[in-house]
Amino acid sequence: MSRRLYTGEEPAALTLGPLTRTDFVRYQGASGDMNPIHHDEPFAKASGYPAPLAVGMFSAGALCAWATDWLGPQGVRRTRIRWLKPCFPGMTLTLSGRVTAVRATETRDEVDLALVATDEAGAPVVQVWMEFHLSTDAP
Amino acid sequence: MINRSAIGAKGAPFDLWVERGKVMEFARAVRAEHPDHSTGLAPIAPPTFLTTQLFWEKLVEGGNPWALAGMSEERGMHAEQEYVFHGPPPRAGDRLIGQSTITEIWDKPSKNGVVLTFVKMVTTFHDADGRLVAEAILTGVERNPAPTEPAP
Repeated sequence: MSRRLYTGEEPAALTLGPLTRTDFVRYQGASGDMNPIHHDEPFAKASGYPAPLAVGMFSAGALCAWATDWLGPQGVRRTRIRWLKPCFPGMTLTLSGRVTAVRATETRDEVDLALVATDEAGAPVVQVWMEFHLSTDAP
Repeated sequence: MINRSAIGAKGAPFDLWVERGKVMEFARAVRAEHPDHSTGLAPIAPPTFLTTQLFWEKLVEGGNPWALAGMSEERGMHAEQEYVFHGPPPRAGDRLIGQSTITEIWDKPSKNGVVLTFVKMVTTFHDADGRLVAEAILTGVERNPAPTEPAP
């Protein structure tokens, strides 16, 4: 990142999905969260859900990845996640975000981002706030 | 029902080794495509990677005090999660020492007499020199109907 960011900057949104059971299983294996509600169809239905619930940390992780694919992972200092709505296989989410603040110090820009994943109707399902420290030293 | 005396409960310390293959596997699972997650011997962990504490804390007796709060599996949900890095993010080759504490339990009234009970657990991660390098803050919520409401 050689270019300085500005408040309000909003790169192109990204589509995630349609979500699949394979997405959830791959994430669960990687994370160590083996809750059956995310992959065991009879278990999920017995718990009152129409299908396995999406793993909240999977969609949140994908939203963070949208930001780190853009700014790189090295500068991440803070990540706060809030879930608003359950998701299910077949749903397609839109991942987007924008710069909400840039604080310049002598050596770096401290950049706040607000990110959101929305469902097909535009309703937010997960929100993420991140802070990056991006060096502004010579290239 | 949440056990309020769990406030202050501290888990046993556990090791979390940040491993190259696990970093690459985790990055792929969340569709993180930045080359820093897969390049060289010490790729950088994605922002939510410390959730893999779920694996490591189970290897130590008493590593996870969360169950002491007694949150219902049916009515409990992950409400919020936060990761703070007090410097560059963890990367492959790092050995972190985690320790979790239940720090807060509080109620918030919701619609139709429902009471939301929140439980917060903070996990600190220190390096081998005792420096605090990261924190993971988990907030769970349990929905409880008001006592007068008939069972569904």
